[in-house]
Amino acid sequence: MMLDALYQEIILDHYKHPHGRGLRDPYDGEAHHVNPTCGDEITVRVPADFSDISYDGLGCSISQASASVMHELLVGKTAGEIAVVHEAFVALMQGRGQVEPDEDVLQDAIAFAGVAKFPARVKCALLPWMALKDAAARAGVDVSAEQVPEGTGGAR
Amino acid sequence: MTFDVARVRADFPIFEREVNGHPLVYLDSANTSQKPRRVLDAMRVHHERHNGNVSRSVHTLGTEATTAYEEARAKIAAFVNAGTPDEIVFTKNSTEALNLIAHSAGQMLALKPGDEIVISEMEHHSNIVPWQLLCERTGATLRWFGITDDGRLDLSDLPGLVNERTRLVSVVHMSNTLGTINDVSGIVARAREVGALVALDCSQSVPHLPVDVRGLGVDFIAFTGHKMLGPTGIGVLWGRFELLAKMPPFLGGGSMIETVTMGGTTYAAPPARFEAGTPPIAEAIGLGAAVDYLNELGMAEIHQHEQDITAYALKTLSDVPGVRVFGPATPEGRGGTLSFAVDGVHPHDVGQVLDALGVEVRVGHHCAKPTCARFGVPAMTRASFYIYTTTDEIDALARGLDEVRKVFG
Repeated sequence: MMLDALYQEIILDHYKHPHGRGLRDPYDGEAHHVNPTCGDEITVRVPADFSDISYDGLGCSISQASASVMHELLVGKTAGEIAVVHEAFVALMQGRGQVEPDEDVLQDAIAFAGVAKFPARVKCALLPWMALKDAAARAGVDVSAEQVPEGTGGAR
Repeated sequence: MTFDVARVRADFPIFEREVNGHPLVYLDSANTSQKPRRVLDAMRVHHERHNGNVSRSVHTLGTEATTAYEEARAKIAAFVNAGTPDEIVFTKNSTEALNLIAHSAGQMLALKPGDEIVISEMEHHSNIVPWQLLCERTGATLRWFGITDDGRLDLSDLPGLVNERTRLVSVVHMSNTLGTINDVSGIVARAREVGALVALDCSQSVPHLPVDVRGLGVDFIAFTGHKMLGPTGIGVLWGRFELLAKMPPFLGGGSMIETVTMGGTTYAAPPARFEAGTPPIAEAIGLGAAVDYLNELGMAEIHQHEQDITAYALKTLSDVPGVRVFGPATPEGRGGTLSFAVDGVHPHDVGQVLDALGVEVRVGHHCAKPTCARFGVPAMTRASFYIYTTTDEIDALARGLDEVRKVFG
């Protein structure tokens, strides 16, 4: 069934058993994002050193699993490392199923490759990642793609 | 005579297609309805044979187009029992019709701080936001009816909410999420006592049950073509003529004027006053054809068919473990729009699994976030029925919900 491409085991596992869920202190930046078309919401908090990424939200399996994977993948990384993964994930999601994901960079997040084939769900997967970028900016740290130096991976 | 659903379905070309390898099960008519061949043909024939602009041409094509456009207006007037076709204003949808009321009736009422507008928690955003904007512009206060636990308008404080400060009440006739059909007679009577105007959002009622604007005793109604077998891009405002005649224009431009000089403009009488610019001509003609089709089936018969389907669906869904229906639990005083929660599964995921099985439902907040909030959920799954809905399709929905629980169990 087509659904298998979307609802990979990894995604369902993260949805049923989310990692790092719940808002925690201390933090330097917080962002609340909503998806106006479906009402999904997420709040993401980060300290400036990314020693934690905490979040809470309401949403579908894709947005909630995406937050859980994001937490697992990015906690403890540097801003530069986060920017690389962030750019790769956004490129994968916006690639309409044509982008070959790099497992070394994305690890569990490659499970979201199938989501890119469901245009209505791409925003669900991106919701926590966009909130993270804003929370980081409010903590005074830029994790946007412009920070990724040439030749360090990311999207291809 | 029983309602012949199979014959109705044969008039809708879209039911010939499959979705994701399954027969199409279309349960999203509250969102937009499917279109019978009759409507599609009427629009095609207009474009192929009679295309000209309306109300401004002396040539044959323009005359034919104008005649067809005005015939559509007359059909729609008769359909809702308007006093005269001049009470029918074509808009692009219900949203524009409601904005027109808020803007032009709001200006006519010369609202000021201390005045009150009353709406309800059950409204679509299109019957909330225009009134919020109007109150921001004028300093008037927005108040609203709540919703009871069983999904009805809470009228327990009707005399307090609709009072001598109230200038206009605008509520929904049939809820797009809960399916509730509101008996507005008490609201209308109270509004009359205090001299307030009453507008009714009939987007979900006019397509599904007999609506008689004079019987309802209201001042304005709004509805939209694409939910009643017509095309998108055409909506309707009905207003009592003496009110429309007092109201200032909404949009300015061609067709809505009496005369224009560089120093100023005088305005045409209704409905032209509210139809600036070239209107959606083919769409109005398509909507006229839709009204013909609905009349042939009979609105009372259509309503009865949907009551039967709704009773079947309420019973069927109550047998699916983990499903909770929002709104009235029996078909009495409700239409064929059924929103529900599946325990532990987000509506987006419910809709995705159902779509994989060819079952098309709406998921999300249905542009009625306050209604969702009232029931403590950010989103709902909604199945909505129409003239072509069968009990087999309700069974397909139930089977789909079993699959949802398997995927997320």
